[in-house]
Amino acid sequence: MSDLLQTPLHDLHVELGAKMVPFAGYAMPVQYPMGVMQEHLHTRAKAGLFDVSHMGQVIVRGADYAVAAAALETLIPVNIQGLGENRQRYGFFTNDDGGIMDDLMLANRSDHVFVVVNAACKGPDITHMKTLSGVEVTEITDRALLALQGPAAEAVLAKMDPKAADMRFMDVADLTLNGAACWVSRSGYTGEDGYEISVPADDAVELAQALLAHDDVEPIGLGARDSLRLEGGLCLYGHDIDTGTTPVEAGLNWAIQKIRRTDGARAGGFPGADKILDELANGAARKRVGLRPSGRAPMREGVALFATEESSDQIGTITSGGFGPSVEGPVAMGYVPSDLAADGTTLYGELRGKRLPVTVTSLPFIPANFKR
Amino acid sequence: MKFTEEHEWLRPEDDGVVVGITEHATTQLGDIVFVELPEVGATVTKDEEIVVIESVKAASDIMAPIDGVIVEVNDALADNPALANEDPLGNGWFFKIEASDASQMDEYMTEAAYLKLIA
Repeated sequence: MSDLLQTPLHDLHVELGAKMVPFAGYAMPVQYPMGVMQEHLHTRAKAGLFDVSHMGQVIVRGADYAVAAAALETLIPVNIQGLGENRQRYGFFTNDDGGIMDDLMLANRSDHVFVVVNAACKGPDITHMKTLSGVEVTEITDRALLALQGPAAEAVLAKMDPKAADMRFMDVADLTLNGAACWVSRSGYTGEDGYEISVPADDAVELAQALLAHDDVEPIGLGARDSLRLEGGLCLYGHDIDTGTTPVEAGLNWAIQKIRRTDGARAGGFPGADKILDELANGAARKRVGLRPSGRAPMREGVALFATEESSDQIGTITSGGFGPSVEGPVAMGYVPSDLAADGTTLYGELRGKRLPVTVTSLPFIPANFKR
Repeated sequence: MKFTEEHEWLRPEDDGVVVGITEHATTQLGDIVFVELPEVGATVTKDEEIVVIESVKAASDIMAPIDGVIVEVNDALADNPALANEDPLGNGWFFKIEASDASQMDEYMTEAAYLKLIA
């Protein structure tokens, strides 16, 4: 793994006994000795610490916040100009066909927009944002990104800085954690309450160790991160969403505020607007749905879906799937025709040559546990 | 007891050979969440894929180590696949096979040789 990039926490992962794997060009911990299942359950019961430093942290600065926000709105179908100071919002870059180039988090940091993008897309994303005029796009390479997720996260972080407890879901604040000046958001990718913490790289190991010193906190790898987000009904870019899926097909309508839709004050004005606005008004031909396979066998990405046990026409495909430790059974997501997308619809997934029933289920599989 | 390079163990008993996977294998696989076993009465051929194991990470296959007839399977694994992780050499066994050619056992490793392989 010598060609792989390392995060500032690399040596700590190794010391903690992590199994390191290549992910988006980085050597990343897929699991620790606790194992994926226990790591997953621990995060839902107490708190898990994730290293997500491979993700891209980007500052977009214009003459003021409004200028940077207006520029980004030409790439992203989200109300960024109307985002409150120190508030965060989910969004995505769209292409001319209405497909999704990457999904991301945007924060209003008073004089700039702070953007967090996926590791595998960060190069193209930054190039894409640099096409904007009137803004300066800077990748932050001297900070690590940690996520502390789970019901005990607030108590753990508030011990270091009491202001952590005052934050609500999707708030952003500057906190001093273990002596380090951190940019913290109350958000995450697990369906649990929690925080994402941008910390100076030089302070990252000491902060991680201080967090791990708490009895309730265990290190959690990418394996459990995936099963947690899957149970939480959250999309994984490159799998559940990509350039071939539109936001409406993906069920991400909620992320496109009214002001950017037809008849809104700033309707359209982003790539693929014609298609996306039409789908928002009239629906898409297919939809991303939750799927519960019957029995215990997981149905993973790529499993073909059929309307009946005999029909020869494939109607859809599973885009993410696996075993849900909290659900205590297999869970999956995939795309199906909109007329077969109603909750409770029985479809069939083909597993090792056998058609097994799967039930369309509303997402998330487990209720989200956010502090609103 | 004999061991295969595929990390299966074979324990001859009076009425057949009990087969499971080693602790090394279960550690590599991670948490096992589903095991599909062959049918009792099935005639199987050496190297035929007859068991599917799904861990939280991936699916893998277990091959019949010898020719024979499946005489018993561990039904407890259907309800509690974690048994394979918890007690791989005991309650986590997979199936019992009546060998049609017991000499096929001879090619497999002793425990000492197996431990050397995984060291």
